[in-house]
Amino acid sequence: MSNVPVNNGRRRFLTAATSVVGGAGVVGLAVPFIGSWNPSARAKAAGAPVEVNVSKIEPGQLIRAEWRGKPVYVVRRTDDIVNNLSKHDDQLRDPKSEEAQQPEYATNTYRSIKPEFLVALGVCTHLGCAPTHHKGDFEQHVSGIKDGFFCPCHGSKFDMAGRVFQGVPAPLNLVVPEHSFPTDDTLLIGVAPGEA
Amino acid sequence: MNSFMAWIEQRLPFMDAMNKHALQYPAPKNFNFWYVFGILASVVLVNQIVTGIWLTMNYEPSGDGAFASVEYIMRDVDYGWLLRYMHSTGASAFFIVVYLHMFRGVIYGSYQKPRELLWIFGMLIYLVLMAEAFMGYLLPWGNMSYWGAQVIISLFGAIPVIGEELTIWIKGDYVISGATLNRFFALHVVALPLVLVVLVFLHILALHEVGSNNPDGTNIKKPKGSVKPEDLSKFEFHEQYTKKYDIVDAIPFHPYYTVKDLVAVVIFLILFSWVMFFAPEGGGYFLEAPNFTPANGLKTPEHIAPVWYFGPFYTVLRVIPEKLIGMVAMFAAIGMLFALPWFDRGIVRSFRYRSKIHLFNLTQFAICFIALGVLGTMPASDLANLAGRIATFGYFGFFVALWIYSKDEKTKPVPERVTG
Repeated sequence: MSNVPVNNGRRRFLTAATSVVGGAGVVGLAVPFIGSWNPSARAKAAGAPVEVNVSKIEPGQLIRAEWRGKPVYVVRRTDDIVNNLSKHDDQLRDPKSEEAQQPEYATNTYRSIKPEFLVALGVCTHLGCAPTHHKGDFEQHVSGIKDGFFCPCHGSKFDMAGRVFQGVPAPLNLVVPEHSFPTDDTLLIGVAPGEA
Repeated sequence: MNSFMAWIEQRLPFMDAMNKHALQYPAPKNFNFWYVFGILASVVLVNQIVTGIWLTMNYEPSGDGAFASVEYIMRDVDYGWLLRYMHSTGASAFFIVVYLHMFRGVIYGSYQKPRELLWIFGMLIYLVLMAEAFMGYLLPWGNMSYWGAQVIISLFGAIPVIGEELTIWIKGDYVISGATLNRFFALHVVALPLVLVVLVFLHILALHEVGSNNPDGTNIKKPKGSVKPEDLSKFEFHEQYTKKYDIVDAIPFHPYYTVKDLVAVVIFLILFSWVMFFAPEGGGYFLEAPNFTPANGLKTPEHIAPVWYFGPFYTVLRVIPEKLIGMVAMFAAIGMLFALPWFDRGIVRSFRYRSKIHLFNLTQFAICFIALGVLGTMPASDLANLAGRIATFGYFGFFVALWIYSKDEKTKPVPERVTG
């Protein structure tokens, strides 16, 4: 090879130019292959955010919405319930919501954006049953507390902020999904505040 | 026949390749029990590929059909139960032989120069094998399949900024769904097996280039002309090996080791068959009980445990309270193994001729690894977490300590020739 007449400059230029163009081609070609792993239009439609009109919920009432195949409980808590939320911290497993079962903006005493509205998945953190809402007759399960959730499957108990009581099988507080209030009357489940 | 073979040989060096890689491949004559696991891994690989192909003939990769199709294979397809148990038992057997194969490399220093690349190919095989097993475990679409995948995929959510998006991209949905199952199926039956076969090929090619290590860690390839003719191995080896080196203490791979390995294969198949026929669930470790109920995104199994072979790394992940650091540590635990040839700065390979401290370090490493594995299958508790942290420390400590003491390690003289 050493005696073969070679124009090294031209060869290098052609190699570099081919590599750059080829590299750009590879990047371009990767786009559809990587992109096809995104959720399909069908999956996106099934997982779209859910809008709930909260203006018609009576104080103390619970309504159920469905989001991504899971039940979402929306409760309009009365002032009485809200004021009593911090009074039984010593009976709870995680009163300060230190486990990441809720978004950052709902990590407070009420586990919500507005103290009035609790938005939580109606899925027991033990084995996924649906806890029952006890309105005013929760004292049969925890004395001194009038409202709460009781899971009929294995007896797990949650307060009106979805926080789990001690001594029950469920290890964690109920999950608070991403949600926001685009207007005072509408709740959007699946979208964080400021993201819509 | 001979003229036919000659006709082939002129067009494809078939006999030459056979000679080079089997009939005239110089293997050290002192291989012991530890040297059978490479062949056993190849046997299991073939088993997995063949039974896997047969399983796809009746399996239905969809969220609605997967679980039922596995039941169908188990109950209605002739010999379906056997093919499926061959495949599921094979998965666990694969990891058993691969772990033993790797441990052999660790105790005899087979990763040391010049076998670093060979070790790296081996580690890549191990990595692909773990991906293969993880994706394969989702396919029966049982509840443990589902939640095991849920736990592992959600790990990626701990990566800052892109984490959440990344998990959705991996799943192809907001929850694990049929979309996830289908892509795992594609990777499990097409993409990863292809990669695996190529890696195995490269692993063997790299092995035959540098030559096999042996329990003494001695070099059986001496500089050309340095060995007295009466000391040379009496066998004829391929000129590829003899033109550069004088070969001592070696025997041809075939028939000597093929026959020896055949004994190991028979014993292995007896044990394998016993598990397959009498304990296919492996006491709940090979096939976990919650996997006999269909996947249910609303119903978490009481205790989510990975299959046993992921136990060690799952424990590392679990005992670290911070999710992101835990994930980094888990991947680092595998990364450390990749870098083993560079952690070990010694030149003596086999533990037989290395220091007491090395023997101690190897022992504590083995104990910690097993402890991590056992803990990974147990429910979390304060005591288990403490034990897990100690074992994690021991695991990483092995590499750090090795790096420190191996530089000026007090070793015994390594014999010139193998000791039998």
